[in-house]
Amino acid sequence: MTINVSRRGFLKATAAGTTALLVGLNAKGVLAAGTSAAVATGLNPFVEIDADGTVTVIIKHFEMGQGTTTGLTTLVAEELDADWDAVQIEFAPSDNNRYANLFFHAQGTGGSTSIANSFMQYREAGAAARDLLIRAAAQKWDVDASTITVENGMLSSGGNSGHFGEFVAIAATLEAFEKPAVKTPNQFKLIGSEKLHRKDNTGKTNGTAMFAMDVNLPGMIYAAIIRSPKFGGTVVSFDDADAKEIGGFIAAQVLPNKAGVVAFGKNTWAAFQARDALSVEWDFSVAETRSTDAMIADHKAMLDSPQFDANHEVPLASVAPVLANATKTIDAEFTFPFLAHAPLEPENCTIEPTENGVRVHDGCQFPTFTQPMVAAVLELDPSQVEVKTLYAGGSFGRRANATSDYNTEAAMAFAVSGGKVPVKLVWSREDDIKGGYYRPMSAHRAKIGLDADGKIIGWDHRLAIKSIVKGTPFAGMVQNDIDPTSAEGVAESLYNVPNFGIGLSDFQTPVPINWWRSVGHTHTGFVMETLMDMVATETGQDPIEMRLAMLDGGTANQARMIEAIKHVREISGWKKGDKRGFASHFSFNTCVAVVADVTVDGTTVKVNKLFMGVECGVAVNPDVIRAQMEGGAGFALSAIYRNQITLSDGEVYQYNFPDYDLLRNHEMPEVEVVIVRSNNAPTGVGEPGVPPTGPAVANAIFAQTGTRIMDLPMSKAGFDFM
Amino acid sequence: MQYQLKINGESRTVDAEPGTPLLWILRDELQLTGTKFGCGVAYCGACTVHVDGYPTRSCQTFVEDATEAEITTIEGATDKVAQAVQAAWREKDVVQCGWCQSGQIMSAIGLLTENPSPTDEDIKDYMDGNACRCVTYVRINEAIKLASQKLEA
Repeated sequence: MTINVSRRGFLKATAAGTTALLVGLNAKGVLAAGTSAAVATGLNPFVEIDADGTVTVIIKHFEMGQGTTTGLTTLVAEELDADWDAVQIEFAPSDNNRYANLFFHAQGTGGSTSIANSFMQYREAGAAARDLLIRAAAQKWDVDASTITVENGMLSSGGNSGHFGEFVAIAATLEAFEKPAVKTPNQFKLIGSEKLHRKDNTGKTNGTAMFAMDVNLPGMIYAAIIRSPKFGGTVVSFDDADAKEIGGFIAAQVLPNKAGVVAFGKNTWAAFQARDALSVEWDFSVAETRSTDAMIADHKAMLDSPQFDANHEVPLASVAPVLANATKTIDAEFTFPFLAHAPLEPENCTIEPTENGVRVHDGCQFPTFTQPMVAAVLELDPSQVEVKTLYAGGSFGRRANATSDYNTEAAMAFAVSGGKVPVKLVWSREDDIKGGYYRPMSAHRAKIGLDADGKIIGWDHRLAIKSIVKGTPFAGMVQNDIDPTSAEGVAESLYNVPNFGIGLSDFQTPVPINWWRSVGHTHTGFVMETLMDMVATETGQDPIEMRLAMLDGGTANQARMIEAIKHVREISGWKKGDKRGFASHFSFNTCVAVVADVTVDGTTVKVNKLFMGVECGVAVNPDVIRAQMEGGAGFALSAIYRNQITLSDGEVYQYNFPDYDLLRNHEMPEVEVVIVRSNNAPTGVGEPGVPPTGPAVANAIFAQTGTRIMDLPMSKAGFDFM
Repeated sequence: MQYQLKINGESRTVDAEPGTPLLWILRDELQLTGTKFGCGVAYCGACTVHVDGYPTRSCQTFVEDATEAEITTIEGATDKVAQAVQAAWREKDVVQCGWCQSGQIMSAIGLLTENPSPTDEDIKDYMDGNACRCVTYVRINEAIKLASQKLEA
């Protein structure tokens, strides 16, 4: 199996003059087929079959490790009855009309939507291609189409047989069905199979997979940028006298937006060295100058008088009279730090001049934004900007931001370099850790009222957090002043809670923030599931039984969550009075329930094992789902144990992995995942493993020590982890 | 300055400033981009190569200190142990984003070359310097066990 991430497929077929069968959406957005010539008239292929029988699936989502290349390929190969091992992949070009995420109406990857929005689209493309090949073979062999069987990339009927490629010339002349029949679940061979291996396995184990930072172009120069040490600062002047002493230094220039100074070098090392040798005078008049403690205090102050009602059915003001009648109340306050995404491949982008514009080489998560934003910097039409998507060395949300920050930086660097040679902008790890676009810090305060029977009668919930989407191109998501990514997970909780008021305040800071794997659920999941554990403890209920009772409302998602919980209860052997921790959370339309087995020795915590139950609809690639649960859990542990970005007089204290240390091999617990068998449409798996893991561990620590952890990371409470 | 390096069995001549980390010679000058940059301070292991057979952080190895050594990168990792490790990595579907995996594999080859039958604790100790942001450790450790079995068979 080879992976080809170039535009080899239909472009090569065009150049060679051979016929390839392309199946995808035509200019009207309906399923159609044609030869490579049809690309010019608006056909956007999802699958290409060459005359030699090679099947190539065109992947409209980028691959950051979440398994999209494997997933979308599975959908096509299933319906096509292709030979799995021989199917190749290719990333789609930037083309918003043709390769949009059906949930966003824009080309982009995020919100754990890749499989969910592609599930029928890619299957129908595969089914249409299969149908065309069958009709072509019927014509060629002069047999009835119903006599033809398809298996492993071969068609056969009676004594006739041949590979896909032998029929593409005829197939490309036929009309595709707009709504081809797709398989029923009992006919699936690849969807749900435990035997498929990842499509990116080979290239990522022998060093040949091409990531954006691996781009080498003739004449290319390298760029590194010194940015304001305080967020929002701008350049007044700079001195490059010391940089001129660095071998390989080319030049230094202020960026057009004054956000930094770019140093150019003959290689990455020279650019880094020269950048470090620059001295810059900054204007901090509008910059963030607060320290973390002051910012936490400012968040908490906002909890006293929330700006917006995030549950407009229950105004916050209506809850206080209810709580006045409570027999008992549970009061709790939580704080969460800024977090860096720290993808292991630091941010980077190469911009190359082309005949009529530029080519952007990037592990590009949102071509829909990158293309026009780079165009705007370079005063080009978006059509003059080609985005070439390569593998991304992780993202966790970092590469999807509304400003396409590092793409536009690269465009500015390219512009001030003169725009004649390719420019590769590389961020160091220090640039990444100190560079913002963090998971926003936040504070929550809750008052839960219980009656004499221990039933919840009202819930006053307040949170303060900087909005991710307000003031960005994503602002359309805001409804009634509420940024849904701020309160998601508290708002629209699956639990039946009467008189549940939610007050939200938008914190303001020049610190740039961004979605971070599971977005609002990173903090709301922790808060909700810790509070649920507190209610269970206060009322003497089993934490699982209590949740099952509170999910007894008959909605489809409540029923799914109940299944996930029951499955994890079974595999973990959970019993009443269990000293382990439990949490469950619904995010990205997926239900995940976690039991954490933890040992605490003094202040040293060891997470021994995590049991995870997941209901994500049809499990397209079960092993990828397990991998995402394992990875999501580990990602959460790193954050809750010790990760935090703190500011001192507006400057980030942390600099690199020594003080923003990722979870290490010896710290990773055993993970056992149970996937609920389901015929529901598939839902996300990249993010939903994160939210319930932290509170499951925190609840286990409480079960063993009686200590509630409400200020993250847990290291602040004096715990260390092994 | 000109330096002579021996990389993957071939003699290579490069022009570089003294003090340039081997990592950037490999990536920028020789287009051996399988070796990755993760932190630059020898704290993540993404840049791991073999220097005279030992896993070494190329981001903290100066070019002038590498001229006498046999350097092996992921592109040149082809011996029996390397093949067993790579095959096990594919069988266990270890990779996610993949950026750390060249370094993980170079460390795993080092481990199994030194200790063909490592215990779980041996694996965790040896591999602790290789960080994976996608957190593929469960599978890394399973793959090393599998590779060990393949080599013993």
